[in-house]
Amino acid sequence: MKATAPTAPPAAAERPTSPGRDAWLRLRRNRLAVASGVFVVLLGVICVLAPPFLGHGYADQDLSLGATPPAATHWFGTDELGRDLLARLLYGGRISLMVGFVASLVALIIGVTYGAVAGYAGGKLDAFLMRVVDILYALPFTIFVILMMVFLKQPMDQLDTWLRQFDFLKNLQGIGKIVGLFAAIGAVEWLTMARIVRGQVLTVKKMEYIEAARTLGFGHTRIIFKHIVPNLLGPVIVFTTLTIPSVMMLESFLSFLGLGVDAPLSSWGTLIKDGADKMENFPWLLVFPGGVFAATLLALNLLGDGLRDALDVRAAKD
Amino acid sequence: MLRFILRRLLETIPVLLIIASATFFMLRLVPGGPFTAEKAVSKEILRNLQAHYGLDKPLPAQYAAYLWDITPKRFAPWRLFADTDRNESPDFDLKAAFGINLGPSFKYPNRTVNEIIADKLPHSLELGLWALAVALALGMPLGVLAAMRKNTAADYTASTLAMVGICVPTFVMGPLLVLFFALHLHWFNASGWYFASDRVLPAATLGLVYAAYVARLTRGGMLEVLNQDYIRTARAKGASETRIVLRHALRGGLLPVITFLGPAIAGIISGSFVIETIFQIPGLGREFVTSAFNRDYTLVSGTVLLYAGLIVALNLAVDVVQVWLNPRLKFE
Repeated sequence: MKATAPTAPPAAAERPTSPGRDAWLRLRRNRLAVASGVFVVLLGVICVLAPPFLGHGYADQDLSLGATPPAATHWFGTDELGRDLLARLLYGGRISLMVGFVASLVALIIGVTYGAVAGYAGGKLDAFLMRVVDILYALPFTIFVILMMVFLKQPMDQLDTWLRQFDFLKNLQGIGKIVGLFAAIGAVEWLTMARIVRGQVLTVKKMEYIEAARTLGFGHTRIIFKHIVPNLLGPVIVFTTLTIPSVMMLESFLSFLGLGVDAPLSSWGTLIKDGADKMENFPWLLVFPGGVFAATLLALNLLGDGLRDALDVRAAKD
Repeated sequence: MLRFILRRLLETIPVLLIIASATFFMLRLVPGGPFTAEKAVSKEILRNLQAHYGLDKPLPAQYAAYLWDITPKRFAPWRLFADTDRNESPDFDLKAAFGINLGPSFKYPNRTVNEIIADKLPHSLELGLWALAVALALGMPLGVLAAMRKNTAADYTASTLAMVGICVPTFVMGPLLVLFFALHLHWFNASGWYFASDRVLPAATLGLVYAAYVARLTRGGMLEVLNQDYIRTARAKGASETRIVLRHALRGGLLPVITFLGPAIAGIISGSFVIETIFQIPGLGREFVTSAFNRDYTLVSGTVLLYAGLIVALNLAVDVVQVWLNPRLKFE
């Protein structure tokens, strides 16, 4: 949110408006986007808070029960080991959403820093940095993420052992793999962000207040992070929102290929994979995870589109 | 135009060099070799194996030999498919066409990576082409329709369908299609790659996602073009709406779609990993994932390089078509 100038409050009863407030009002009028936002937040809250109250753990097996269709005791049914699908979905949601948000954050940090430096520096450094981005763009991303996940397996296992010596991480089996996912996905998703930020910086840096800041003798770091980056908020927010679903897609793609988190942990991708293997006899195992996953991606995309309209990003870029 | 193509061709050299080097070092420097899985191998045998595959030489020497092997030494693309009539020789002969030698496979004894690619790639290419056809044949008309009937029920339906298509991943769509059309209606086989009808479900699964993107891009591009003055002129001269769209608007309106074809082809290539797994298609995508698990160094780097080469070449083709359609781009 951009700060309003601390001028005297206007005499009229209405509150002073700011670009951020304007955007919020515009977003609120877009009911589809608001509903999507509410859905994502609610889903996140449920995934984080609800599992302990379910009465079923994600790894609790009941072999005598086997696979049962949805019923009163197990709302989404159970898998062939008698594990409650709802519990597995919610725990899987924690992992899928976490990977989505954290890897997007990684991409955001790399992309914004890279783009801001390139745009601000200009000249030869800019040309060089953007050339690198162009080259990386030509690489087959997915292939490299697959390679990273396969070949970093051993280092990730070591990381896992190392991380679990800390008390608060003790129960997080497979955390090394998850950190690997953050790194691998974040490492390929920052390119577009860098391009967008650079374009925006090129526009902003010609403005007078930047010149004023320079005249006052502020250093480059301060100008970049205090004066330029805040003006990038619009496009960055929009693009981050749209990165999250594509990251989640990539994560579940990897899980589907068997490169994601390991059992008994589950992400939505691994649940979909299991469901697809058994759909002939137990279709609910595919339908529920697939449905929840698609709905989440849909909501995130609609929210991103709504934010783009509300923050008027296209207009800000031109 | 020729200078433009030449410049872009030169630019692809560092890209491919970086990909080749990155793959090479990534594979060599990570712990665990291709033979670590076989525990019973004695030291002498291991040494012989490594000697056979050239792994006993120092890393720089391996790297140099590798780079030389993958450098194209001739340019005869027409020989790629030259020997299709004879059963013994591969259908996709990289060695005859470009002189590229991707080395022996580590996991399949007595097979070269060239042979494996020749074996598997045609299936993947076929799948990709069908999927692309589905994407364009479905996406473009849908997008044009949505743009012509902007803000009507038809537009909203098309846009919603496209959004849903983008959000349902192939690995959900594929099994669902199998569940309904193969297991329930028995119209198709659930998996396999033997009959013409076996192409339908995989191509539809892979193509639908991209049809959704194509529809959105077509709609956006068409809307932009339909607002321009020359369209109004055409309309003022009494041209029919069909003629306006087909003769005047489509050329400009499809530019975003053509830009998207580059990433789409890359996406279809990597999308085929999942599709080939779901439908058990003997293509290169499935082979690539297996080879990565098996740490079959040469097969992995050969496949990555081939994919990268394909993507780079197709991106170049897309750029050329784009400049041809919109000459203003040449100067940017």
